[in-house]
Amino acid sequence: MKGYAGKYLKVDLCSRGLSTETLTEGMAKDYIGGLGFGARTLLDTVPRGTDPFSPQNVLAWWTGPVSGTILPTGSKFGVFALSPLTGVFGFGICSGGFANELKSAGWDGVVLTGKSDKPTYLFVDDGAPELRDASRYWGMTTWQTEDAIKEDLGDSAIRVAAMGPAGERLVRLANITTDKNRQVGRSGMGAVMGSKNLKAVAVRGTGDVEVGNLDELMKFSAELNERCQGPKTEKYRVYGTPANILVHNRLGCLPSYNFQKGSFERAEDVSGEQMSKTHVKKILACTNCPVGCDHVNEVKDGPYAGTVASVDYESLGQLGPLCGVGDLNAITKAVEVCDELGVDTISGGVIVAWAMECVQRGLLTKDDVDGIDLRFGNGDALVEAIRRMSLKEGKLGNLLAEGVKRASERVGKGSDKFAIHCKGMEWAAYSLRSLQTSTLGFCTSIRGADYLRSGSYQVDVAGKVDRLRLDASRGKIVYEGENQYAIIDSLIICKFTRGVYSSMNELAKAYTLVTGLEISGQELVKAGERIYNAAKCFNVRFGSTRKDDYPPPRAFDEPMTDDVVKGAKIDRRQYDEALDSYYDGRGWTRDGIPTKAKLLELGLTKEAEEVGA
Amino acid sequence: MALSEQKTKRIIVCDTDKCNGCQICEFVCSIIKEKTTNHKKARIRAMRIEPFFNIAIACRKCEKPVCERACPKDAIRVLADGSIEIDKDKCDGCGWCIESCEFGALRLTFDGGIAFTCDFCADIGEPQCVKYCPKKALRYITLDEAAKESVKDVLLNVIDRGGK
Repeated sequence: MKGYAGKYLKVDLCSRGLSTETLTEGMAKDYIGGLGFGARTLLDTVPRGTDPFSPQNVLAWWTGPVSGTILPTGSKFGVFALSPLTGVFGFGICSGGFANELKSAGWDGVVLTGKSDKPTYLFVDDGAPELRDASRYWGMTTWQTEDAIKEDLGDSAIRVAAMGPAGERLVRLANITTDKNRQVGRSGMGAVMGSKNLKAVAVRGTGDVEVGNLDELMKFSAELNERCQGPKTEKYRVYGTPANILVHNRLGCLPSYNFQKGSFERAEDVSGEQMSKTHVKKILACTNCPVGCDHVNEVKDGPYAGTVASVDYESLGQLGPLCGVGDLNAITKAVEVCDELGVDTISGGVIVAWAMECVQRGLLTKDDVDGIDLRFGNGDALVEAIRRMSLKEGKLGNLLAEGVKRASERVGKGSDKFAIHCKGMEWAAYSLRSLQTSTLGFCTSIRGADYLRSGSYQVDVAGKVDRLRLDASRGKIVYEGENQYAIIDSLIICKFTRGVYSSMNELAKAYTLVTGLEISGQELVKAGERIYNAAKCFNVRFGSTRKDDYPPPRAFDEPMTDDVVKGAKIDRRQYDEALDSYYDGRGWTRDGIPTKAKLLELGLTKEAEEVGA
Repeated sequence: MALSEQKTKRIIVCDTDKCNGCQICEFVCSIIKEKTTNHKKARIRAMRIEPFFNIAIACRKCEKPVCERACPKDAIRVLADGSIEIDKDKCDGCGWCIESCEFGALRLTFDGGIAFTCDFCADIGEPQCVKYCPKKALRYITLDEAAKESVKDVLLNVIDRGGK
């Protein structure tokens, strides 16, 4: 089989032993790559009851079959582990040149277990990987680490993925950064690196990546590249995802003030349009991406002058309107602090917004927040709170570093009612109550509150359904989206190109041209379903049931006050009906457990035995 | 260089505002010239100077190529269109040409250690990196055309700002 390297690297950080494992054709066809391989690895290596920070947890890095080839946006990888934030299936998918480099070095992935007794990093130098001392890099920011390792190895073309000081301190929302602006963002993969004393993975790959049919793949890729200059990706190319700000604001679904409201009086000031005029200095592309969506801001004046950060909609929304902050300078600075110290911007914004609401309601005193004036709208306080959270500094920093679920449990006093998360994962920048199909999808997501698992917000925003209510038609929308996204995340390509493929058959064509393995669109969909079910089985192993698939109380109990969606809230009975329709369509029990029959149908034999109902 | 040459000698020019670092030029080059995917075998080099600068550079068809003069084996010849030809039999991979080139436009093959550089896809008729550049940042034009274009860009900017 082509496309795949055909082997992966296994590393035991305890014994410092490295070994080469073969990737079988069966594994390739059944699980495709990326998310599929991650699901298989977690199921096969992480037993029930494992502590996410223990040496028994795994940290798996997987590329997909298309990584390293000319197929547009193929240079993507995922990092997978039992999440210290959610206690279930954790991962993040990331772009940049890293995946391409790893494939060129001759590896489909790297699977690490154990814990190093001292700071270490893995250098995969083509076919000669080795663990090296990382003492010199301990304490460095993600950006400094990247530069220092490249300098020490004497090759600026090496790709580095590193955790920052937040990961070293086991901050539960710690992430991994590569190419400065790209992150394995969500569910705390950087904290798992920290627990293993693994500062970074560096890769140099100089080998060829062979594909099934080079001429045809080149032709097809050229056509896709052409399509990527068309209307399907225009939004990403022009204003980038921040174009969502004004659209969502008009619809009353731009979360502000910790999801108390669905619009923001300073939306114009933080819009993609405004940002392009005053802050965007350069639009970058990831390796092998014909779209180019990465809008890099520069702050020109004021106390944050000189700040540089790549700002997308989610970061902008959660560090801006959600915290009541309408100042692009402060928002850009907050993103920069997150990126350098190594925490997820989405989770970071939600946690600070929660703390601001605690202050608003008098549940946290001035002393609890170390004297910071943590009011909604205070950009300087936002930046300082993010810094303290990332470094676990003071009372405030130590509280916030645990994530919003644990922090609200610690504070008590009903603050859990407005801790906006699902399964412990902080909510992304989509309204709870005025995008209700979206909310259902956020809650069924295996990773916790997640816009990237089904894209179920799309039918709401596009007006294809009544977004202010739920019914039994929504389950199908969500699980079909999940199965499709599971394939995209396994190949792995960028979701921003999902619109340029005309059908599932075209995705199957891409897979066949790359790998030489015949597969139909229908078989791909089946693989997507298998992959999603496999990941779900992992969650069931760790105790997930129906009760974990609900939004926070605010979604049900507090009607919205914004004019355009006045009174909107989720009806609990409607929610249950929609969730039932999801489970029914999935072939799971109404307690949210995959049935033995469904798992056997998908070839998940071991899982049918272990968790099947 | 004589005026007539300036009017005909085309090189690969990169608009650094449009170039976003996607490296597709490198991928395409390795596929067209090496029949494999490996951007490190590309004849064009995509460079990024953080945080805001990107460029892709290939052979500049210098008027007095230092690579030609640096070669101790007399393996480098300048062709009529200004591009460089390397005699594989004479080249011993010493790398002086690579060291001498200010644009990083030459490389050594991984297997044989022989110098190679951009031939502007002479057999096809136009450089394929230019054809496939998604942002049209790359153009295959003469220096004279390039100069005119940049003057035009400057003027358009001035007009945009309300000048005349």
